[in-house]
Amino acid sequence: MDLQTTYLGLDLKHPIVASSSPLTGNADGLRSLEKAGAAAVVLPSLFEEQVEHDAFAREHELHGTGGFAAEAHEGFIPLYDDYNSGVDDYVKTLQMAKQELSIPVIASVNGTSAGGWTEYARTLQDEGADAIELNVYYVAADIDATAADVEKRYVDLVRDVRDAIDVPLAVKIGPYFSSPANMARQLVDAGADALVLFNRFYQPDINLEDLTVVPNIVLSSPGDMRLALRWIAILRGRIDANLAATTGVHDADGVVKLMLAGADVAMMTSAFLQHGPEHLTSVLDGVRSWFEERGYDSLEQARGSLSQASVPDPSAFERANYMMALVSYAP
Amino acid sequence: MAADHREHITVDGNEAAARVAHKVSEVIAIYPITPASPMGELADAWSQGGVKNIWGVVPEVVEMQSEGGAAGAVHGSLQAGALTTTFTASQGLLLMIPNLYKMAGELLPLVIHVAARSVATHALSIFGDHSDVMAARQTGMALLASGSVQEAQDMALISHAATLRTRIPFLHFFDGFRTSHEVSKIEAVSEDMIKAMIDDDLVVENRLRGLDPDRPVLRGTAQNPDVFFQAREAANPFHAAVPDVVREEMQRFAELTGRRYLPFDYHGHPEAEDVAIIMGSGAGAVVEAVDQINADGGKAGVVIVRLYRPFDTAAFAEVLPSTTRRIAVLDRTKEPGSPGEPLYLDVVAALDRTADSESRPLVIGGRYGLSSKEFTPPMAVAVFDELHADAPRREITVGIIDDVGHTSVVAEAEWHEPATVKRAVFYGLGSDGTVGANKNTVKIVGASTDLHAQGYFVYDSKKSGSTTVSHLRFSPDPIRSAYLISEADFVGVHHFGAFERGGVLDVAGPGATLLINSPYDADGTWENLPGETQQMIIDKGLDVWIVDGGAVARESGLGRRINTVLQTCHFHLSQLLPPEEAVTAIKDAIKKTYGKRGAVVLERNIAAVDAAVGALVRLDVPAAAKGTKQIRPPVPEHAPDFVQRVTGRIMAGEGDLLPVSALPVDGTFPTGTTKWEKRSIAPEIPIWDAEICIDCARCALVCPHAAIRLKVVPEAELAGAPDSFVHKSWKDPNDATARAIIQVAPDDCTGCGVCVAICPAKSKEVVKHKAINMTPIDTFLERERQNFEYFLTLPEKSRTSIKLETVKGSQLAQPLFEFSGACSGCGETPYLKLLTQLMGDRMVVANATGCSSIYGGNLPTTPWATDDAGRGPAWANSLFEDNAEFGLGMRLALDSQAAAAKGLVEALASDIGPLAAALLEEPEIHDEEWIAAQRGRVDDLRSWLLEHPSPEADHLASMAQHLVDRSVWLIGGDGWAYDIGFGGVDHVLASGRDVNILVLDTEVYSNTGGQTSKSTPRAAIAKFSAGGKATAKKDLGMIAMAYGDVYVAHIAMGANMTQTVKALTEAAAHPGPSLVIAYSPCIAHGIDMTDMMGHQKMAAASGYWPLYRFDPLRESEGDHALHLDSRKPTIPFKEFASTEARFSMLARANPEAADELMMMAQQDIDDRWHLYEQMVEVEHTARFGIVDEEDDV
Repeated sequence: MDLQTTYLGLDLKHPIVASSSPLTGNADGLRSLEKAGAAAVVLPSLFEEQVEHDAFAREHELHGTGGFAAEAHEGFIPLYDDYNSGVDDYVKTLQMAKQELSIPVIASVNGTSAGGWTEYARTLQDEGADAIELNVYYVAADIDATAADVEKRYVDLVRDVRDAIDVPLAVKIGPYFSSPANMARQLVDAGADALVLFNRFYQPDINLEDLTVVPNIVLSSPGDMRLALRWIAILRGRIDANLAATTGVHDADGVVKLMLAGADVAMMTSAFLQHGPEHLTSVLDGVRSWFEERGYDSLEQARGSLSQASVPDPSAFERANYMMALVSYAP
Repeated sequence: MAADHREHITVDGNEAAARVAHKVSEVIAIYPITPASPMGELADAWSQGGVKNIWGVVPEVVEMQSEGGAAGAVHGSLQAGALTTTFTASQGLLLMIPNLYKMAGELLPLVIHVAARSVATHALSIFGDHSDVMAARQTGMALLASGSVQEAQDMALISHAATLRTRIPFLHFFDGFRTSHEVSKIEAVSEDMIKAMIDDDLVVENRLRGLDPDRPVLRGTAQNPDVFFQAREAANPFHAAVPDVVREEMQRFAELTGRRYLPFDYHGHPEAEDVAIIMGSGAGAVVEAVDQINADGGKAGVVIVRLYRPFDTAAFAEVLPSTTRRIAVLDRTKEPGSPGEPLYLDVVAALDRTADSESRPLVIGGRYGLSSKEFTPPMAVAVFDELHADAPRREITVGIIDDVGHTSVVAEAEWHEPATVKRAVFYGLGSDGTVGANKNTVKIVGASTDLHAQGYFVYDSKKSGSTTVSHLRFSPDPIRSAYLISEADFVGVHHFGAFERGGVLDVAGPGATLLINSPYDADGTWENLPGETQQMIIDKGLDVWIVDGGAVARESGLGRRINTVLQTCHFHLSQLLPPEEAVTAIKDAIKKTYGKRGAVVLERNIAAVDAAVGALVRLDVPAAAKGTKQIRPPVPEHAPDFVQRVTGRIMAGEGDLLPVSALPVDGTFPTGTTKWEKRSIAPEIPIWDAEICIDCARCALVCPHAAIRLKVVPEAELAGAPDSFVHKSWKDPNDATARAIIQVAPDDCTGCGVCVAICPAKSKEVVKHKAINMTPIDTFLERERQNFEYFLTLPEKSRTSIKLETVKGSQLAQPLFEFSGACSGCGETPYLKLLTQLMGDRMVVANATGCSSIYGGNLPTTPWATDDAGRGPAWANSLFEDNAEFGLGMRLALDSQAAAAKGLVEALASDIGPLAAALLEEPEIHDEEWIAAQRGRVDDLRSWLLEHPSPEADHLASMAQHLVDRSVWLIGGDGWAYDIGFGGVDHVLASGRDVNILVLDTEVYSNTGGQTSKSTPRAAIAKFSAGGKATAKKDLGMIAMAYGDVYVAHIAMGANMTQTVKALTEAAAHPGPSLVIAYSPCIAHGIDMTDMMGHQKMAAASGYWPLYRFDPLRESEGDHALHLDSRKPTIPFKEFASTEARFSMLARANPEAADELMMMAQQDIDDRWHLYEQMVEVEHTARFGIVDEEDDV
């Protein structure tokens, strides 16, 4: 069974991609993912905010204490002229990944300023990334910003980065748009070669002991996959871009469903973190078996066969589906 | 403006000398001491970075435990044939003296580079004079002096060349701070020039003299009366050859570089009648004075001494004009009891040998410039004037007002520097980057123009809220003015608060440009200037410009870093470079500085440059001053007389004007004076919300500056409280009306926020609101000033009524260590404050040199304070290396007097009556009640003695106070206890005497700038360990525990406050030696000091800083001596280490090394914890044997 697929112009041997996670940030993790059979890897995001914060923090640590005491006029920490800023570390990881792996390596950038996004994207392209994924992790908390403002920000960003780089560009977004389908089209019009659906915003928690707000990273569960499933099914055939599903892809059934809905690739993270990279092998076997048992010739044949445009009842992916879910709910 | 063909560099004197030394050395032994530390730091950093010497080898750099150790290592290295050097100053040089004799006696070629600094006498001083090098003039070393940054480089090379040829070791010196820290544009010597100066044949010869078992020899014999003397004379030809060799090397150097020097250089009128003789940086001022005198028709000259030892009398006579009639010899040192200072005596002796008695000139001797005291051309003129007095005084002082010995000359000459010299003075805050930007400016002008450039920077002695003054000169001619600018044509006030103290514009010349960094617009700026300042601006016709540097920096994304903005404005207004060139040059410099520190840092600084000039506003100076603001007097009118006359004037920056008679003759000062120094440096202060407070007292405990206080008083005491004075109920079983107050001292708070960070009480409505909250000071300053003043009038609780051994109870006692100038959020001072609350009224402190001696004893004020009865810690600092012995001496003296007093009471017992027995009674526990009662009995005894006079009664009256306990504390940092003073610490721990050692362990030499000590942990970076410390931290506690009878505690206040209070209490109560090692976060750790208590908590949680108490007395009670007070590590070391730059930085600079060192550091922790767990179970025979002090008396 031919599971080959094309994503971002890259020929992949199958549609399972290891998305950004701690596993893709070090040599051991990357090697084990490739060994387990990953078709491509997405490196962890290079966070512009973190790079900036680190740069100023290091600057302050090294030089902030200089000049206020006669006996320590150059400050208290040895003055390093040359040290890794966050970008250097990332570039090293990228170079290592390119050197160690034979599968495509997609670099991921998370920026806060237009300048930052384009600069980092260009740097990572120049350092050998096969494609760039923009990880737009933006919580629209500004009460003065309209939906149009937010959308414009996304579109401008994609256009700027598209203009700055030559390699394929994927855009990873969250689901929180008034009109996700329209937003998807705008992003593609602005130059996105693929959309990665959807980013999952980590939700904060409250520590009841010391009454503090704390980050709480909860791994996805298989049910989370259906959000991407719906929108991929809706978008399939309506935009001229690849579609990648992410969040909640845990098993072979999930991958198959996404392919049928119209995804070009399925990205997995939580299941690898839970079960180890070798989990990928069994998922891949499961996918292959499913298609083979049903006599499919290729993945291409199946892709989008259950997209909104391909199913007898398109409303199943829209509101009717919601009503049916309610009606069928039995406590 | 193209630079000429020679390579120019802009460096300070330390770098100039160290650069040469590193190039021509194979082994370098170092030890930190101000102001020479940067030489060692640079040498270490260069070697760490793989920089090679001229033979292609990276010099081996080793840090030793003291200068004595460094000298020993140098001596050994020389004996084994390596080219060796070291750097030092002051006491450090003194510690090397025994080896200097040896190395000179053994004809070992060596150069020691010395940033000459005052030797501590009545006081320590980090500043420059020649008292240290003069103390080494008799060792047989050759002494070569430099007077400028250029010379520091040139003489360094000449001395290295000459020592190889002569085999006589050289001491090359230049003035501490004035030259060592002056940044100057100089002509660099190239590597080829260095190679040309160092003769490889001599290097080989030297190497072959090294100890070698293939050609064994023996050195360091013991000799007897028969031959020692002759052998001592045998080396004479080598010493005698030095002057000629130096002259030849100077000639060779001149041929290579074009710069000519002589062992004695003469400058002035060829037929001079009046000649000054001087060495070091002061020569510049004399040269300028001589030029002026001669221009006015005088006949004056100056001999600049370069080769001071051996003193070549013939060469001296040669350069001295035969017309000389009068000579003033200027010494930058003082030698009490001598007929004159050393250079003076040498000159007199030289004239005795070379001039016939009839033509011999009159010679007077003058002292100048001790401890970097200013020495200016007008002062030099005054010296020449003295030579023309009717009866010139043979002994004069220069630069002070000596109203006791009447030796001083008065500098009255009007003096203006040439108009071609552009002079700029800047007032900044220590942390605002002003100094760094100005250094940068000097470098930019040095590199981009043909101008000569000089920068010198003056710091105050505070480590929080300190001010800096930068003095910059730019001139088409070489700059030899080694003194502060007195008439600037540009004044930059980078910190608006500087105007509050007055005096800022004294330095502004007529028509000067004044740039003010102001948060106000033009009108607001004018309104907020004190009236006196406004008037001065009008009178001097200043051209005033304003920039809101803070706003520009914020908008450029630089936060509070105003330096780039102000630097750009300075360039723009001063027109040192054409505007466009200036902007390009600044940006280039920014790229060079920030290029590798992240693109965003670079971009934002560039953005600040672009925005700066546009934000400049010219102020239309009104015709009349209408300022309502007043310059605040330095101290309030009700301050004590001494504080008014002396302390206050030093605070006001008028210390230079104090006459000799104003100062104590023996270095004794009153304590409790920081309270008069209202610095008001905190932008935000903690404000108490009594509604939320849970009475834990932690805020008061952790406050490093004693600026947040707890008092509990009966409600009736609060009758006269101001309306805004807040108080709340307090559970007191003996007083139902008890009210508690948490009060901030608003002018003394440094705004560190440690109190707020530790506060556990949060509002139920808004969690971010705590029981204390940092609040902008402007809102509450006046209110809290009034409240604090009232707070001070409330009675302190009696020490007998509080449970001092508890956290809460300890905070009800008055702190007798307050408002120190330590860094904001200092990790050391909370321990000292607590200690004074526990036993400050009977403490005697021996304080090792270091941070604690600086914030504890640097003029003008001291934080050590007194209670209402006038009692408080009595404090003294001896040296860095001897503090344990120093403190033991105090113990012995106090015990001796106590024993003598007891003896006299016994002798007079029958006359005194029952009181005598009560006085001699020895209870098992000396608690507060017993102490109070014993004080009462001593008072009764004094009354009795007054009524029964006798010689014995007089003696007893002078010692009776020692019948009350004296708690002797030996306090210092890890540099002292682990390294330089360890031998003494060890010996004192073994003495069995009742002394208490408190080590404020910051794990680096904090005071000298963060160099590695043996307390520095593995994997941490520090100066001298730029690659991460490869070896484990020394376990000082374990060494002390090995004695068996020493009380040992390992504490961290932020990890366990109760344990801290207990440990200090138990240590004091322990009748033998005790050692308390207190974890003290420091800015050298690269942390936000606001959360320094949190760092302590993590340090304990990770097992990095285990908490324990080892109490030998427990063994005699059947318990185990060692109690672990912290739990088994709950977090990995890495988690703690990632929060501190000292650990995390290495991962960025060298990730592979960091990984390995971090792994080993974790193993250190695991191993240590495992060992301690086993030790807890160890049972051994009680070995507790305390020396009974009375047995020895």
